[in-house]
Amino acid sequence: MSVQASAAQPPRIEPPRIALVGNPNCGKTALFNALTGSRQKVANYPGVTVERKTGHAVSPLGRRVQVIDLPGTYSLRARSPDEEVTRDVVLGRFAHEEGPDALVCVADATNLRLNLRLVIELKRLGRPIILALNMMDAADKRGCRIDVATLSAMLGVPVVPTVAIRSGGVAGLLNQIDRTVASAFECAEPCSWSEPSSRDLRAYHQEVESILARCVTDAGLPPLATQRVDTILLHPVFGLLFLFAVLFLMFQAVFAWAAAPMELIDGAIGGVKDWVDTTLPDGALRSLLTDGIIAGVGSVVIFLPQILVLFFFILVLEATGYLARAAFLLDRLMGGVGLHGRAFIPLLSSFACAVPGVMAARTIENRADRLATIMIAPLMTCSARLPVYTLLIAAFVPDKPVLGGMVGLPGLVMFALYAAGILSALSVAFVLKRTVFKGAREPLLMELPAYRLPNPRDIALGLFERAKVFLTRAGTTIFALMIVMWFLASFPGAPADATEPAIHYSAAGMIGHALEPLLAPIGFPWQIAVALVPGIAAREVAVGVLGTIYALSGSGEALHASLAGALAESWSLPTALALLAWYVFAPQCLATLSVVRRETNGWFWPAVMFAYMIALAYGAAFVVFRVASGLL
Amino acid sequence: MTLPSPSDGDLRLHQLRKGQPATVTGVDESVVVTTLPAGELERRMIEMGLVEGSRVVILHEGFPGRDPIAIRVNEHTLALRRAEARAVRVAPLA
Ligand SMILES: Nc1nc2c(ncn2[C@@H]2O[C@H](COP(=O)(O)OP(=O)(O)OP(=O)(O)O)[C@@H](O)[C@H]2O)c(=O)[nH]1
Ligand SMILES: [Mg+2]
Repeated sequence: MSVQASAAQPPRIEPPRIALVGNPNCGKTALFNALTGSRQKVANYPGVTVERKTGHAVSPLGRRVQVIDLPGTYSLRARSPDEEVTRDVVLGRFAHEEGPDALVCVADATNLRLNLRLVIELKRLGRPIILALNMMDAADKRGCRIDVATLSAMLGVPVVPTVAIRSGGVAGLLNQIDRTVASAFECAEPCSWSEPSSRDLRAYHQEVESILARCVTDAGLPPLATQRVDTILLHPVFGLLFLFAVLFLMFQAVFAWAAAPMELIDGAIGGVKDWVDTTLPDGALRSLLTDGIIAGVGSVVIFLPQILVLFFFILVLEATGYLARAAFLLDRLMGGVGLHGRAFIPLLSSFACAVPGVMAARTIENRADRLATIMIAPLMTCSARLPVYTLLIAAFVPDKPVLGGMVGLPGLVMFALYAAGILSALSVAFVLKRTVFKGAREPLLMELPAYRLPNPRDIALGLFERAKVFLTRAGTTIFALMIVMWFLASFPGAPADATEPAIHYSAAGMIGHALEPLLAPIGFPWQIAVALVPGIAAREVAVGVLGTIYALSGSGEALHASLAGALAESWSLPTALALLAWYVFAPQCLATLSVVRRETNGWFWPAVMFAYMIALAYGAAFVVFRVASGLL
Repeated sequence: MTLPSPSDGDLRLHQLRKGQPATVTGVDESVVVTTLPAGELERRMIEMGLVEGSRVVILHEGFPGRDPIAIRVNEHTLALRRAEARAVRVAPLA
């Protein structure tokens, strides 16, 4: 090793960096996962990836390469914030980061035309390029014939066929990365790029046509099955009916399918609690374990089956390609309140959690449309609100079959709560689009991908991932909050002449009593006041806190009764209804507010969001409580 | 190739019947009211494959007002609104 040589050309410590660039939905993230062993979200609609993600791949020669996955785009002329990420990374404009050493252009082999146009645009950057012809399996199945050697010669870049979703489907790409990276180091001159004019775009298009004429010997069949299915699913009447039926089934199933496993978990938790009760001597430790941790964390964990059912539906809808159809079907209807059809996708993700929902709004091009979508996303009932709904429904709604036994009353109430969230979101959007976010809607120009059967393994992995996130959260954040709440609810202890359960005299009791006057007009007792405070950190904690409070308030015998039973005894129906109304609008958790801050670059919009939602929540709870008290 | 006869000399994509194949003969955004800066809609359409010579056919129509429409453009399917489809000049294939 010579010192001089390394002084002249300092050795690179960082591994070479390659970026995956291509049209939306061509399989970049699937390739990324195959190359790096990651588990980033893959789904069958354009606009899944909205951020830059990095990972490491090891090439067959043992070289470590940093791989960057990017949002899909049709051109470097970014139209929306997600596409800006792609442009900035590719051009080396991203903060504190040089441009990538090489680009892997990913193209959907079943639809080369649009993909190759981007390749031609990217070639002008002068960076080393590899073209990955992805989805070769689908292309073969449709009888599409591509002459890879000629394509490579005409484009002047190496071309490798890949099948991102098959094991070993990226071996050729890894070999090519080795070759390209070995020769890529010298030519890292800064990119020059200027926005192509429509004349340039037509010229690129001509170039693509002449390449296609030589390289595609058979364009294959169109996706006939997809077209046949779409004659029904995109039918003006049946299509919409089907969409509403799917949504109804989804909310109904969250209730119905999850009931049995929830009872099992409930039984198991009760068993553990009994065991602790009989094994440990009475005292603070036993109380911490049973009243704090088991009652608190347990009352959250029990909702795992419901969360999984909800995610099952969302994962299947995403994987089949139906989401883009829903956006199509709803474009006109959502246009009625001024929203873009595409807003349906972020809004549907918000049923799982508002955080990815708010981020998915990046794919909406126009700033006013995007802000309107972000502002209403938290009104979609997120999965963390499910526990609150379920608990109150179990406590107050009798389990009677309705509609001729087709659905249960609890499921119907659940659907009504979801519908209340959706309708209020649409009304807020209507008001926003007529006041602060005035202006015509952006044009709709969206590719409808061919349907794909979801891979059961992917769905299972997705659910497993969700379960892990949920249980980790229950084991960390919620666990810690519950211990804190148990201490607050247990100390200081009751005075000698206490007439009420000890919790009345504790710190939590004091906080609750201090807040009580504020919440009395909407019918909330002090126990709810205590639960709402940590509920802002994580909504489902509210249920856990109620679990602890009522466990500590109960006398020895009543302790075994379920939380739902305890609530049914101690709350009036108007109070329960008011709490449900509160939670339809409940001010979102801290995670949502901070992601809104990040996406809007400031505290203004999160502050507005918090204010309007708390006002709506208070107002709705007030009206519901008063009306219900008057009627009942 | 036959040139469009004078009667349908200025046929637009949104006027096509469902299932009637056509080729794109031009993109002219001047007939569309849009929030986008001048020239932007035309470029987006070209990027999405709506460019001279492309084969198009309307596959599905939405609700209400048979809007938006899903069209097959060469090898892919595209959803767009009738309002913007006005910008695409087409010649029906017999
Ligand atoms: N048959 C087949 N399907 C594939 C292949 N690669 C990806 N897919 C599927 O294509 C769809 C899109 O894949 P993604 O990896 O999410 O696409 P993307 O390019 O990252 O999409 P955006 O993030 O939206 O730009 C998913 O349904 C994948 O399962 C492939 O090689 N063959
Ligand atoms: Mg992706």
